[in-house]
Amino acid sequence: MRRAVFIRTTAVFGAGLALGACAKHPAQVPDYQPSPEPSVTFAPNAWVHVRTDGTVAVLINKSEMGQGVYTGLPMLVAEELDVPFDRIRVQIAPAQDQYADPVFKDMTTGGSTSIADMYPIMRGAGAAARAMLIAAAAKKWNVDPSTLTTKAGNVVDASGNRTASYADLAVSAGTETPPKNVKLKDDTQFTLIGTSPKRLDLDAKVRATATYGIDVVVPGMVYANILKAPTFGGTVDTVDDAAARKVAGVFDVVKISSGVAVVAKNTWAAMQGRDALKVTWKNDGPAAHVNTAKMFADAEKAARTTGVVAAQHGDVDKAQGKVVEAVYRGPFLAHAAMEPMNATADVRDDAVEVWAPTQVQTRSRDAAMKITGFPADKVTIHTTFLGGGFGRRLDPDYVVDAVEISKAVKKPVKVTWRREDDIKNDFYRPMSVNVVRAKLDSAGHVAAWEHRVASPSIVKRWAPAMLTKSGVDFSAIDQVMPSYYAFGNLRTTYADFEPGIPVGFMRAPGANWNSFATESFIDELAHAAGKDPVAFRLALLDPKKGARMRSVLQLAAQKAGWGHPQHAGASQGVGICDWGGSYGALIAEVSVKGKDITVHRAVMSADCGIVVHPDIVAAQLEGAINYGIAMAMTSKITFTDGKVDQNNFYDYTVLRMKDAPKIETYVVKSKEKPTGIGELGTPPIAPAIGNAIFKATGKRVRQLPFSDGLA
Amino acid sequence: MPSLTINGVAHDVDVPGEMPLLWVIRDVVGMPGTKFGCGVAQCGACTVHLDGTPVRSCSTAVSQAAGKQITTVEGLSPDGTHPVQKAWVEAAVPQCGYCQSGQMMSAAALLAKSKTPSDSEIDAAMSGNICRCGTYPRIKAAIKRAGELS
Repeated sequence: MRRAVFIRTTAVFGAGLALGACAKHPAQVPDYQPSPEPSVTFAPNAWVHVRTDGTVAVLINKSEMGQGVYTGLPMLVAEELDVPFDRIRVQIAPAQDQYADPVFKDMTTGGSTSIADMYPIMRGAGAAARAMLIAAAAKKWNVDPSTLTTKAGNVVDASGNRTASYADLAVSAGTETPPKNVKLKDDTQFTLIGTSPKRLDLDAKVRATATYGIDVVVPGMVYANILKAPTFGGTVDTVDDAAARKVAGVFDVVKISSGVAVVAKNTWAAMQGRDALKVTWKNDGPAAHVNTAKMFADAEKAARTTGVVAAQHGDVDKAQGKVVEAVYRGPFLAHAAMEPMNATADVRDDAVEVWAPTQVQTRSRDAAMKITGFPADKVTIHTTFLGGGFGRRLDPDYVVDAVEISKAVKKPVKVTWRREDDIKNDFYRPMSVNVVRAKLDSAGHVAAWEHRVASPSIVKRWAPAMLTKSGVDFSAIDQVMPSYYAFGNLRTTYADFEPGIPVGFMRAPGANWNSFATESFIDELAHAAGKDPVAFRLALLDPKKGARMRSVLQLAAQKAGWGHPQHAGASQGVGICDWGGSYGALIAEVSVKGKDITVHRAVMSADCGIVVHPDIVAAQLEGAINYGIAMAMTSKITFTDGKVDQNNFYDYTVLRMKDAPKIETYVVKSKEKPTGIGELGTPPIAPAIGNAIFKATGKRVRQLPFSDGLA
Repeated sequence: MPSLTINGVAHDVDVPGEMPLLWVIRDVVGMPGTKFGCGVAQCGACTVHLDGTPVRSCSTAVSQAAGKQITTVEGLSPDGTHPVQKAWVEAAVPQCGYCQSGQMMSAAALLAKSKTPSDSEIDAAMSGNICRCGTYPRIKAAIKRAGELS
């Protein structure tokens, strides 16, 4: 999602939400889970706590779902504070307004914004702490603070004769006044930013001591599993729970807003009880009987005949040239994070506590307040590690489940969804039909670009204030008219096609589909104009707005050896995109034998401004590319008579190791401010593969996944 | 009342024989390192060893595990000294990390058979383990490195 989507009008946070401990395994997770801070002696601001044992706690307001925020954000503090990175300890921030993201105005992790949004704040927090430690040393030695400097967790004087450790200065520094303005390091002074220290969550993850939501255990806890409606908008009509209540270990059966919950002494017993339920459902809603084929036909009609203008320059109708038109069709997709949806809640008489793998602490808290009627200061949200997010956990529906059940049974409850529940009850990547039309002039230039989109809106539910007055969802049309391309005449339209299926943000939302339509169609135009696809793109780039993209595309072409595939008999295809302020270009090497498509190699270049941790940047590009390959090659969600056809990983197929390509990543050296990297790799892989398929076979595939489109 | 031997330690558990080993390990014995991912032996997150052979504990009845040596991810080593764990750190494999206990258990079983597995042997041994973060290239590199460290 785009950051603009997230500007919310209010930020209502309660004060005093306490940190708490995961009761059962506190010793295993001392510095990664919420924990008390007995040794804090110097807390110059909300983000940095200098301890007398020489360690420095950094409070992190972002959810760790693999993207590396528990490493990248502390690096910003350590850089300015001049403290060795191995002395940094991560603490998860409680849900308090002082920890709100400056752009979202609440605690939300998404849109590849964590480093970009927190870069000045975390650096400033470290610099302020450093200034106060220097001030304390200056008083101790009776010297001017300007004569002092810092090195590796110590204040040292100019002569180098006197040294005081931060640990020793912590108590006296606490009496100093926090500075109003601090000078940050010049980029040339960086010693940590731009290096790749060991991830701070790495040991916990290889020793299996990291606590995910599904691992939370609290005293007296019971376990729940939920039978949810088989169609969207369905509600419970009748419940026969006689057999379920007879299942060994089942304690209770309760009706909640999302279905019928079985509460038991362990997860398996709860599942057995759920399978013994006999429930009938009613559904008079629009999604009760939807079918995929009809949805696509209706959406194409909507794209062609309705829709409001989202952007317009010049006059595409009057422009002259050879008309090229194509229709692209993308399916609904499920996120399928490896950790199934789950949450633990303890609703007591006067307060509620929630443990959740969530990207949205504030929304989770608000949901718990609404259900319990408690004020904000009676709601505690504990953030665990997230077993994948990809945008799925931007909706707190699983928190709602846990709080409702705990309220009903008056006990702490952990609710765990089955994988099937996850596949069938997602907020899906929206389907989309894109009608793209262009005019090529006699020189082969794009004289007009018209891109008409019909797709359900995520924003109108998630952040309705961000819809334009005319009803355009800018997420839905991301990358339909990339600003780095200089289209002379341009028009894009958006039709909010609404079949009643819940939709949500999925890694590079909007772009993860629209880039396929745009970059495939650009390839069609290149071939129609008889030009090389890379050269055609370079010629189409805007001299100014396309400058960074030009460097990125040239780098990818050079590193990939454009025109010279490494694999004998393979074909190359290219795709480019921007995301979160960053630019990416990807070249894929692909072989096609019959219907079998093999992706041998993916070479990606990126410009994300200043790179904080190069190895995490590389890992994010690798992962985002592989996520995009699953989206491109095999994954789809379809509907028959209102029901989701897919169930589990045997029919919602994702990428496995045997099909994963060799990936090379190259990042442009840049002095621009840091921008997003967690999603940039996802959009360009599908068009790069599709364009390579065309090169190999002459067949233009305009429908994903390729397993369907090439059939 | 099956008696289970997990990482060399005996556990008496009062559960039905058909209860999946995964849920006995997680909810009854209280060892959370072994993960639930799909429940139908499709994703490998729940991989443990029975007498050294990798199995999907979500689809293995606890009765089938009684009397056998059960090794979970906690049994690799508590301090990260198993070659697979060391290689996983060197290559900075985990992102979200959720699938990695299953990945490491499949890798450890593969390396117990061969310290120098080929790419196709790695693909065959590891393609039952899904990673949605897409860490496959690093897993493959780490397996080769773990073979060197073994």
